[in-house]
Order: sequence, then structure tokens, then C-alpha cells
Amino acid sequence: MHMRKPAQEQKIVLSPALEAARPPEKVSWDYTPGDRFTAWKVRWGIGRMNCRVRPGLYALGSPSKGSPVFATANYRLSFDALRRALTGTDAWLLVLDTKGINVWCAAGKGTFGTLELARSIQDSGLEKFVTHREIILPQLGAPGVSAHRAAAYTGFRVIYGPVRADDLPEFLRLGKKASPEMRKVRFGLYDRLVLAPMQLVYYGKYLLPAAALLLLLGFRIDALFTLAALLTGAVLVPVLLPWLPGRSFALKSAVAGLAVSAAVCLLLGLPPYSAAARILIYTAAASFIGLDFTGASTYTSLSGVRKEMRLATPAQAAGLLAGLAMLLAGRFL
Amino acid sequence: MSMKYLRGVSTLRLDADKCTGCGMCLNVCPHAVIRLEGRKAAVNDADLCMECGACAENCPAGALTVKKGVGCAQAVRIGFLTGTEPQCGCGDDSCC
Repeated sequence: MHMRKPAQEQKIVLSPALEAARPPEKVSWDYTPGDRFTAWKVRWGIGRMNCRVRPGLYALGSPSKGSPVFATANYRLSFDALRRALTGTDAWLLVLDTKGINVWCAAGKGTFGTLELARSIQDSGLEKFVTHREIILPQLGAPGVSAHRAAAYTGFRVIYGPVRADDLPEFLRLGKKASPEMRKVRFGLYDRLVLAPMQLVYYGKYLLPAAALLLLLGFRIDALFTLAALLTGAVLVPVLLPWLPGRSFALKSAVAGLAVSAAVCLLLGLPPYSAAARILIYTAAASFIGLDFTGASTYTSLSGVRKEMRLATPAQAAGLLAGLAMLLAGRFL
Repeated sequence: MSMKYLRGVSTLRLDADKCTGCGMCLNVCPHAVIRLEGRKAAVNDADLCMECGACAENCPAGALTVKKGVGCAQAVRIGFLTGTEPQCGCGDDSCC
């Protein structure tokens, strides 16, 4: 394979193409009820790993040699968001193999990365389909991609588009420039709500059977508290996040857990001793579940999570054990 | 609405002597942590930094460093239990 070398930079061959690049598949801007159903399933964690898009080059609409090129992940929701946002624009879509993971998470892992980008450009034969040498990446791909190195490897200049695909029409209208607002990640109520089902499914796997078991064993009250802690940590904390006190997720979630378990105690009219034990246990549980929402949030750092876990994990364990000890002691007193 | 995480924990470091003022870090930072002051980058508020690593990865001058990682409790827990660096389980049908 002979290719033009950019001045001074040696083009490196990253991996031999395993199969001959097939012609780009044609896709449309249409968002069908089927696509909508797939999106819903993905959000609830149903068959998520079947929601991969085949990596490679796609022709959206009827692109020409001058049409813009957009890179994305091979996660169905990423691909569909891009396709829909570009409605009416003929473009080339280069789908990187990120193992079915969205752009941001994949960039964090490095699968949406400089080398994968270079490999995709090479293997898809992108050079043959366009005369320009520009590729637009989602901004959230930046943690995995080094724009200057990618340019050196491939000859393609990397332009970072906006964070949200929805802003692409405006970005293109501005001459491929993103406004400061387009560069910011948001974490509004809707953004938080769509992530709640995954938290529910993840902890529900353990806590729903646990609640059923408690119910069967005659601990009806504790079955109810278990469900309340699950809903608090997985739904209430995401929804109320900005309004819960403090900056620590463990603390925010503990406050929510405390309020909810105290409310349940009042509702059931539990005597003080038994109420105190339940509040300890289920505040700790809600705090534990809510702390995991750091992973879904868009602004927590590893250093911060480490710091709060050093404090929160022993505190959660202590609350749980103290509450259990109280309940156990209460049986014999 | 601006949500801020814990104070004073970010590992973001800027070596202004190396900075060439190209502004690439402003393009990639999702939390507007960095601004341009004259011909140099300057940190607005390090408490807004989520250590995603985009600025360091895309700084051609090597002026920015940050210990990149995922701010995810599950990942930290898994890392602690398996004795590896925190890695999110995304892909094994857990999160994102």
C-alpha cells in the first residue's frame, strides 16, 4: 500500500487490515420506533452488549469527497445521537471499535484512543473517500485521544466538536467552532434521571431477592426498609443530588437515607430502640448505594472518590454493624 | 447549576513556563477549568477538575499533567479488592 507521507512525519503502520476494507455502509438520518425501543432497552440494561454498531466507515446521506468526517464510538446510543443530530447533513461517520462503550467511558479506558483512531482511519481507507484531511471528534473523546499525535500518525487534523451531538448543527454553522457553552458537560435532572435505571437494575439484582427473602422469613418491616434504601440510593439521590447537603456523595446519600428511614419509622410507628437500629442500618445502605452514583456523575474525580471512600466505607460498615448488633441484642434483652 | 466535588483534591498541575498558549486545553476541558490569560493558560478553579486527563493528553507542549482516573466508587472498590488501578467495569454490563 503506497500512501502520501505528510512532510517530516513518518507514517506508521499500526496494524495490518485483517480484511479488505468493505465499501462504506449507507445509513440514514431516520430515527425509527425500533431505534427508540433499542435506546429504552439499553437504558434499562437489557441486552446492552447486543447494542454494538459494526466498526468502520459509514456514509450518512449521500456524502461526497468534500463532506465532513465525524468519529464516534460503536455504542448504539452514541451512533444514533450523531446520526440524528446531523439530520440533513451528508457526512462520513467513522465508527471506532470501543467494545460497545460510549465515547466518554471509552476515552477514559483508552479504547476511544489515538491508536484506535489511527487504525480506523487506515483500515477504512478514509483517505480514498475524502480529499480534505480533517476529522471531527466528539469533545468527550479527548481524554483518550491526543490530537497532535493523531495528526502526526495519520495526516488528519483532529477538530474537537461540541460535547453534545445536538449542538453539531450550530457548531457547523459557526465554521466548526464550539462556543464555551457547547464545551461544558452538564448534569441536569434529565441527565441524572436516565442513569437511575442502571443503578436500580445493578443493586436491584441483589436487594430485590434479599427483600423477598426477608419477607418470606417474616421480617416484613426490614423488607420494606430494604426497598426504601434501594430507591433512596438509586433514584432519590440522583434526582435530588444538587440539593442534598455537602459535596461528598456518601454524605449526601446518608442524609437522604436518614430522612427516608426516619420517615418510614414514623409511618410504621416503630418504638425508639428498634427505629434507631433500622435508621443506622438503612442510612448506611443508602449511603453505600448513593456513593456509587459517583461513577455515573459527570464531575467527580478519582482523587476525590478515594478521599471520601477512606472515610465513608468504615463509617458505613460501622453503621451497618452497630444497627445489626442492636437488633440482635434487642432479641435477647 | 454548577456542581462541585471535594475541595483541594485535584492532581492537575500546570507548568506555565512550558505553555505556548495554543488554547487546546480550553477546547477539551469539559468543566472550563482553564482559561487563557494573555498568552498563557491559567487555572480557573481546580476544584472543578474531574481528572479526565483530556488537557494533559492534548497539550502539545507537555505543560499540563494530571493523574488521570475514573471518579467512580465501584471502580475504586474493585481496584482495592483486586489490587489493581481503579478500572470501571463498563462493558461487563455494569455502568455507562
